Amino acid sequence: MPGVMARRVDPKVLEKLSRRLRRGSVAITGTNGKTTTTRMVSKILHTAGIRAVNNSTGANLVTGVTAALVSDTSLSGRPASEMGLFEVDEASVPRVAEEAQLSLLAVLNLFRDQLDRYGELSYTAKVIASAFPDLPPDGSVVLNADDPLVANLGRGTKNPVFFGVEDPALDTGKLQHIADSKDCPVCGTALSYEAVYFGHVGVYRCPNCSFARPEPAYRATRVRMDGPRGTDFLLTTPGGEHEARIGLPGLYNVYNALAAAAVAIEAGVEAEDVVRGLRAFGGAFGRVERVRVGEKEVFLLLIKNPVGFNEILRTFVASPAERANADRAGHVLIAINDNDADGRDVSWLWDVDFEMLAEAVTPGGAVPRFYVTGIRAEDMAVRLKYAELPVHSVIPDRKEALLAALGATPPGETLYVLPTYTTMLELRQTLSDLGHTHPFWEDK
Amino acid sequence: MKLTIHHLYADMMNLYGDRGNVIAIKKRAEWRGIAVEVVDVGLGESISPTSSADLFLFGGGQDREQTLLVEDLSGMKGADLRAVVEDGGVVLGVCGGYQLMGHYYETPEGQKLPGIGVFDMYTRPRRGDEARLIGNVLARVRAPEEDGVVHEVAGFENHGGRTELGDDAEPFADVIVGYGNNGRDGTEGARRLNAYGTYLHGSLLPKNPWLTDQLVLGALRRVDDRAELEPLDDSAERDAFASVANRLRKG
Ligand SMILES: [Zn+2]
Repeated sequence: MPGVMARRVDPKVLEKLSRRLRRGSVAITGTNGKTTTTRMVSKILHTAGIRAVNNSTGANLVTGVTAALVSDTSLSGRPASEMGLFEVDEASVPRVAEEAQLSLLAVLNLFRDQLDRYGELSYTAKVIASAFPDLPPDGSVVLNADDPLVANLGRGTKNPVFFGVEDPALDTGKLQHIADSKDCPVCGTALSYEAVYFGHVGVYRCPNCSFARPEPAYRATRVRMDGPRGTDFLLTTPGGEHEARIGLPGLYNVYNALAAAAVAIEAGVEAEDVVRGLRAFGGAFGRVERVRVGEKEVFLLLIKNPVGFNEILRTFVASPAERANADRAGHVLIAINDNDADGRDVSWLWDVDFEMLAEAVTPGGAVPRFYVTGIRAEDMAVRLKYAELPVHSVIPDRKEALLAALGATPPGETLYVLPTYTTMLELRQTLSDLGHTHPFWEDK
Repeated sequence: MKLTIHHLYADMMNLYGDRGNVIAIKKRAEWRGIAVEVVDVGLGESISPTSSADLFLFGGGQDREQTLLVEDLSGMKGADLRAVVEDGGVVLGVCGGYQLMGHYYETPEGQKLPGIGVFDMYTRPRRGDEARLIGNVLARVRAPEEDGVVHEVAGFENHGGRTELGDDAEPFADVIVGYGNNGRDGTEGARRLNAYGTYLHGSLLPKNPWLTDQLVLGALRRVDDRAELEPLDDSAERDAFASVANRLRKG
């Protein structure tokens, strides 16, 4: 615990070291996409030739940020980097902001998967907002205009920078039942939506008061999903328009890319470097990984919460484009643990829209072959049963399940593995034990 | 026969997969050829009993939502719901919904939100030195069912509030592993006639199919007192229950 130790030796160590960073520090917080967005910014900075120090995944508390800076500093006290780039847990934002003189603080979204930890979503918003006065006079916040609770953080802040998606074709037409922030954060009236992209994220306004989605300075339009291979979109910045592509699927990654672009450009990076960095970005540790196993491919897609799960089902399993390419719906291994890092309460599985999947695959189409595993394999099996999706096998042991699902996947095809966090670590270890270690630890 | 599920404040009180309870009831009725209609009863909308079998669900919400709907509940809707319970109607309240079935729910800010008072109980906020009660729960149901079997239920609780039952309240279950109403007296939930209140989600009904069936049968028998339910293959549900229960017993 170098961070803990360093802080014990000198409680002001983070403040002192961050003052020595020539280009200051930026922090990224929010429920979903912190790691991916931070890695995207890191890739962009690298492309632009800016040396940045960043904390590693899982070390997103104030001690982790401190540790990153300490290890970046030479014995004489000089930092190797010009800039700090930190992924910060929502609850740690006030501490980090107080000590690290953030020139930019980006808030990606607020979803409900932290209930175990913080109790209430609106409380989390208050915690984050309490950090704003600690930003230096020239500091600013970068906010998701399409998430009402996040956008609301911009009221009463000077010069908030907003990002958002504008593409009517992406409107799902309905609020998902999991939408957990669909009332006006100012007056409590139900918001009226012009477009709902996922969860409570979309284009909205309050019918009762003046609260409405702010006009974003950074926009993604004309979003084109290219299945699991990637996504193209038109990136509009205050400086102009740019064709952008990321090698990651799903609308949520477009949001991550937009946030990364906004942070990088506000930090002084040229738009051309942003586009090049995004294009070169290959995915963050554990979020989307492809592993070659002989003539088969394993796609690991981390599941964090119902919104992410729905996006993954929509993109990979129910996607018409995908099914047109393959005449069978494929093999899917769902792995659910309930350790602290996964979320101990598995109720959220009932908020995932498996019914949508059942509707999408039944009319004449092939149904995916589902394998379930993990500590809560049996709960997952019941969930699929009640969505009327057939479960091929329930194998709580992770290794056995992976071998069975891999064995049943024909050569030339892909096994989709959808694990929660700790099952992902277990399955990755299993793959590694089997000698399929290829891109695991390669994270930049 | 048709079963109508009245989902109270479905758009506001849907924390912790309450949707799972709706899905469980719906599917288990449909698998037996019983048509199901789900009616969302929102703010300002009154409960409209139908000529079919009725079942009322009242789920959990965040404090903010709970405050918003208390006024709505203090009018006709609360009185109607009370009448439904006294008349033997089937009601299931989970977490926040359960709390509002007592005399009052006190928020952490000290505001006392009046409940509908069908259970003789109140809920106070946790004190500064008390933790939220979070974790898996295994509990033994207090009343044996008509088949004489004493059932166990498994679920997950997550509440700061402590519920204290009065002399006229019957607990729903006794805690085997977990905290229950207040983490002190070993009781979990409350029951009165065909009204059930509990802190368990998980979701509650999918893993405890006997309880789902009991609610459905209770509703059907209000229309036809000889109603029966065909047995279903519950092996997947039983496996899910057993997996949690065994793990909890081992500690
Ligand atoms: Zn408003």
